[in-house]
Order: sequence, then structure tokens, then C-alpha cells
Amino acid sequence: MSTSAEHVEGHMEHRDDVASRMGVWLFLFTELLLFGGMFLVFAVYKYIHYDEFHLAAKELNSSIGALNTIILLTSSLTIALSITALQQGKKMLSIYLQVLTIVFAFGFMINKYVEWSSKISHGIYPGSEELLAKTSGEILFFGLYYVMTGLHALHVIIGVILIAFMTYGTIKNTINSDKYVRLEAAGLYWHLVDVIWIFLFPLFYLIA
Amino acid sequence: MSDHHSPEEHSHHPSYGTYIVIWLALLGLTALTVAVAGISFGNLAVFVALIVATIKSYLVVTIFMHIKIESKVFTYFIFAALFFFVVSLILLFADYRYL
Repeated sequence: MSTSAEHVEGHMEHRDDVASRMGVWLFLFTELLLFGGMFLVFAVYKYIHYDEFHLAAKELNSSIGALNTIILLTSSLTIALSITALQQGKKMLSIYLQVLTIVFAFGFMINKYVEWSSKISHGIYPGSEELLAKTSGEILFFGLYYVMTGLHALHVIIGVILIAFMTYGTIKNTINSDKYVRLEAAGLYWHLVDVIWIFLFPLFYLIA
Repeated sequence: MSDHHSPEEHSHHPSYGTYIVIWLALLGLTALTVAVAGISFGNLAVFVALIVATIKSYLVVTIFMHIKIESKVFTYFIFAALFFFVVSLILLFADYRYL
């Protein structure tokens, strides 16, 4: 794609938005390998410890999982809408939608907190006596559960920080209806976080 | 400069309506997975869940992540990345099947 050059305050600024987005995608592929590797580990252990994984999954609260799925899908919608709004020059609408995305992300994290603390209060956490008394399949299930949903939650936190910077940029007009590739980059990252959850949810919560 | 926008740049981004339709479809598919898991078909439920998750990801990637309107190079890259993931999956299970 051709480089789009824009006149900004009398000097030429060289941009290549397509290449910028391609850069983000290349980063997303490394995320695919990071989580993909873990999904492969999960798949193998589920294959080996089939019944024990089913038993362990019964401990998880699928309602909270489903609620968090709805929250993340909706936050994906709001960040996508915020880009369209900004393109159309509706700055305030775009800011509201970005803030709404952050609010949904906090909702997700609050649910995660409730879920994890309920598990931990029942004595199920890595290395706990109660967990170590269980079968090896169940120990593996909960180990993978904490690592994979924990790493995903870390991505949610990073996503919130990224989107907050974009909101600040939008307010300051450094991200505007003509120049919004950074908002798109944050959006792509956020959608990836959503896609990972789309697979985490059924594999952990719905196999019981 | 609004008078010479480069034509390939976002001239036909999805509308609000398209996004909302896709979002409703994603919610519907989520409800479907939960329902199928509730009826519980064992192995079939896992299979259905993975198929539905793949369809949901396809919708997010093509519409929300704009792959449908991006240059085709993006699609080729995604297929290359997925190809190597699937190869790892197949080789790994080729090992574990005969333990």
C-alpha cells in the first residue's frame, strides 16, 4: 500500500497506516504462539486425564464465565464502534465508547476477582493441601486454569492501560478523525483478548 | 487533507448497524454453546463448542478486526500463522495417540 503523506503544520509527515496495522498483526501472531502453546498443553492433558478434567471443571462457576463472555464481547463492540465514531468526526461519542470499553474491562476483572477468591477460599489454589490431595488430572486442570486465565487477565489489564492512553490522545486531539491508527492498534489488541477468551470459556467452563 | 484521501484507506468501514448485528450474532452463538453444554453430549459437546468458538473468532477477526476490508496480505499471513499452529497440534497428537 502506498504511503500517505499529510501536510501537518507546514511539514510533511510520512505515514503508512497499513504497515502500522501489519506490525500489530505480527505481534498478535506471537500472542497466538504464546496462548496456542498453552492450548496444546491443555489439549494433551485433557486427552490423557479425560474424566478428571471433567470432574475438576464442575468446580468452576459457568454463570460467571458466561457473564464475562458477554462483557468481553460487548467491550469488543464498543471499541470497534469508537473507531467508526472517530472516523466520522464524532470525537465525544468515540471517547464515551472508549471509556465504556474500559468500564466493561473493569467489570470483567471484578468478576474474575470474585471467581478466583471463591476458589481460593475453598482451598483450591496452586500448591494448596486441598488441591494436592486431589488426582493429578485435577491438579493439572487447576494449574492450567490459573495460568491461562491469569495470563489472559494480565492481557485485559494491559489492554485497559493501552485504551486509556488512546482515550487521553483522543481528548488531546493527537488521535483524531484523520489520524487514528493507534486507536486501531489498541482495538486490534483488545479484539485478540476477546478471541482468546472465546476459546478459554468453553474449554474450561463448559466441559463439565 | 480531506480533498485527497487515499482511496484504499477505510473508505468502506462497517457501519454501526453491521457491528451491532455481528455483536448480536456473537451473543446468540454464546447462548448456543452454553445450551449445548447444558444438554451435554460428552465429546460431541466439546466438538460443538470448538466449532462455535471458531465461528465466533471468524466473525471477530473479519468484521471487528477489519480483515474483510484489509489488504489480502493480512489474510495470507493469518493462514500462515494458523497453518503452523495446526501442524504443531497434529504432530503433538500423533505422538500422544500411541503412548
